[in-house]
Amino acid sequence: MARSVTTQRKALTTVAAWTIALIIFFPIYWTILTSFKTEAQAINDPPLFFAFDWTLENYSVVQERSDYMKFLWNSVIIAGGSTVLGILIAIPAAWSMAFVPSQRTKDILLWMLSTKMLPAVGVLYPISLIFVKFDLLDTRGGLLVVIMLINLPIIVWMLYTYFREIPGEILEASRMDGATLKEELLYVLTPMAIPGIASTLLLNFILAWNEAFWTLNLTAANAAPLTAFIASYSSPEGLFFAKLSAASTMAIAPILILGWFSQKQLVRGLTFGAVK
Amino acid sequence: MGQIQLKKVTKSFGSTEVIPPLDLTIEDGEFTVFVGPSGCGKSTLLRLIAGLEDITTGHIEIDGQDATSVVPAKRGLAMVFQSYALYPHMSVRKNIAFPLRMAKLSQTAIDQKVEAAASVLNLTDYLDRRPGQLSGGQRQRVAIGRAIVREPSAFLFDEPLSNLDAALRVGMRLEISELHERLKTTMVYVTHDQVEAMTMADKIVVLQAGVIEQVGTPLELYRTPRNIFVAGFIGSPKMNFMTGSEAAKHSAHTIGIRPEHINVVESGGDWQGTVGVAEHLGSDTFFHIHNTGLAETLTVRAIGDVSLKHGDTIHLSPRVDDIHRFDAAGLRIS
Amino acid sequence: MATKASRSAARIMMAPAVVLLLGWMLVPLIMTLWFSFTKYLPLRGDSIERGLDWVGFSNYVRFISSSSFWPAVHTTLIMVGGVLLITVVLGILLAMLLDQPFWGQGVVRILVIAPFFVMPTVSALVWKNMIMDPVNGIFAHLWRFFGAEPVAWLQDASLSSIIMIVSWQWLPFATLILLTAIQSLDSEQVEAAEMDGAPSLKRFWHIVLPHLARAITIVILIQTIFLLSIFAEIFVTTGGAFGTRTLTYLIFQRVIDSQNIGLGSAGGVYAIILANIVAIFLMRIVGKNLDA
Repeated sequence: MARSVTTQRKALTTVAAWTIALIIFFPIYWTILTSFKTEAQAINDPPLFFAFDWTLENYSVVQERSDYMKFLWNSVIIAGGSTVLGILIAIPAAWSMAFVPSQRTKDILLWMLSTKMLPAVGVLYPISLIFVKFDLLDTRGGLLVVIMLINLPIIVWMLYTYFREIPGEILEASRMDGATLKEELLYVLTPMAIPGIASTLLLNFILAWNEAFWTLNLTAANAAPLTAFIASYSSPEGLFFAKLSAASTMAIAPILILGWFSQKQLVRGLTFGAVK
Repeated sequence: MGQIQLKKVTKSFGSTEVIPPLDLTIEDGEFTVFVGPSGCGKSTLLRLIAGLEDITTGHIEIDGQDATSVVPAKRGLAMVFQSYALYPHMSVRKNIAFPLRMAKLSQTAIDQKVEAAASVLNLTDYLDRRPGQLSGGQRQRVAIGRAIVREPSAFLFDEPLSNLDAALRVGMRLEISELHERLKTTMVYVTHDQVEAMTMADKIVVLQAGVIEQVGTPLELYRTPRNIFVAGFIGSPKMNFMTGSEAAKHSAHTIGIRPEHINVVESGGDWQGTVGVAEHLGSDTFFHIHNTGLAETLTVRAIGDVSLKHGDTIHLSPRVDDIHRFDAAGLRIS
Repeated sequence: MATKASRSAARIMMAPAVVLLLGWMLVPLIMTLWFSFTKYLPLRGDSIERGLDWVGFSNYVRFISSSSFWPAVHTTLIMVGGVLLITVVLGILLAMLLDQPFWGQGVVRILVIAPFFVMPTVSALVWKNMIMDPVNGIFAHLWRFFGAEPVAWLQDASLSSIIMIVSWQWLPFATLILLTAIQSLDSEQVEAAEMDGAPSLKRFWHIVLPHLARAITIVILIQTIFLLSIFAEIFVTTGGAFGTRTLTYLIFQRVIDSQNIGLGSAGGVYAIILANIVAIFLMRIVGKNLDA
């Protein structure tokens, strides 16, 4: 129930909330702003907030010098591919657990969750060895599969919590109506679960896009996505603030936009349905 | 055709046996109602027939063919669920067309059948709406529409009216009965409401704890209940039961008499008591009577409005011919 | 609803996910376990093909007794503890603030959540250069403005700096979850307490905080699991120097830099055990929620 609040109090809250929000957002704002400055203006003392010549030069330089598009494309393929693959594997699994639960369902779900908690560094060398053995190092395919696997538990869990809200009777009705299992999944469950599947896709895409352990350790020049591309700026070139900013802005902009759409599902996805 | 036979069917969930060995034949074209208190296994039984649950042992035959391990889709049955189970993402038209689409009918045949079903069920104006935009009664009709287009050998109804309000329920009850008259297709109907059972059924199957207590026409069950459970379950208000000396007078362990079989008399009468609550319905009056020395409360139904009120003494005269007698095991003595 | 047919279908449909995850878990885990009991120095010619020397628990003993172990544990604890403290305390305060009515709630929410979506390498680099650079960073400008000497953050206060960066990344997560939890608090309960004359601090302590207990626990557990394996932030800022070498980073260095696989694997096993201790608590809570 909404409570009536005095205008004065509301004004005070507004000021406080906005101040804190702007402080939290400042590093991102500053990065975006700096990306439009010249290098000289970027390190101007005092810092320039408004009065500078807006330029897009940094963006074209970043693209020319480091072939930004290639890394972007790698990110899109790896994040998108791992997400789609993960969803395809997870939908049947989540269907089974949500609609044909057995005594073991809970254990399987929790076990899946536990694989997510395996510290990556603990298995870094074995994975590298396997990658070398099968010639997967620095390939998009190899990385795509690894990232799919680390996020698969989250996908299964999210879909499971969404599926559980769909009444089983509707699926039974489709069975009575003569639908085969494939038709039941394709024509009834999936369309009904579209909102849940969409938010699962979205959140997983974000997680995959930002993954920075395996991307840093398993890729080099060819398959490196944006996370690794940005890390290369920690070398002395990083002193070029404006270009660093332009590269960073390009790396985070798509995901910031997607992320804002997914904020509601974020809570549910990241807490495995424990907080809704 | 739509004859359904259950032969020595049992169902266990884990180690709990919910349906002990059960035999039942549902004849072609019959309107059969499974009735019983909640948890009596009636819905489970329906789901076993539908194939949504496996039977543990025994056989199910549909039209003489063994259907025990046939998947639901291939049994040729249609089901109307308690929650209607409409596909929320499809229009009414698509909902009704879904079984036909699954049967791979041509688009023209589908359109034709959907239109026909819609006009029968007064849904023509709603064909392009989503289920979410319909009232409870309309949803119910869509669910029925989805069932009839399949032209199934039998319809299965799982408490289809329990989500409707009282007034609508009476209307839908009539519609389903009319549908049965018109289609002459076997219908198996599950309800916990004995009024629905009495008004709709050709044959009632009374269940308790997975066991069939009695099978018969509504009036058979009303007139000659096989045991105390059926006697108490069928009929409203409930039958009055008495034990002790009053029962001994009729050489029975327990006797039962329906409220409508006790006459209210001005004076005299075999029994008397004090009126507790009097429910005046206009057409009838129900008295709940205490201090009769026969049972805790005696319920009596009087025709018309009888102006006795709380605390008044009431004189009663039972119709002896309508007294039901039961032995110590609760079985009817005929 | 379950028939034999649907149960066997369910098993088949679950199989790909289960088999893949089982392989993903078991194969590397068994390899790590195996390596941890062997002398495995690829640079000196050790390889699986030629056979590895079994050395028993000596890697485990060496990993613990090495001079870098306890400092790494120390660093890990401070980092995880520091980030948890900051994000949970600020998260509660922020969530309570954002729960109040004010103008522009939607936009503020978006601004506050934004850091969570910034990839770790970007946030580390942006903080390192644009905010914390001792010459050109915003902090340096601020310090000079107030007449103070700029701080070389990532050298002189390296661990605190990394804690600051990581807290910035995870504060949105904590806030968002706690906000969701606060919004599910029955306002009538708070009003009843208000009617009973409980002052606001008491209301917070006796009603709001207990209500949040579960959400706080979940935030702590999930963050702990992620924080224990913080990597990119250290990798691009200090490279593990200046007292920022966590357990994860130490293992990484053993495996990748010094190519001592046996030793690194023993460290990995320790990390796995540590993560599992936290995971058990988390899974209990999540599991309970499954039954509900």
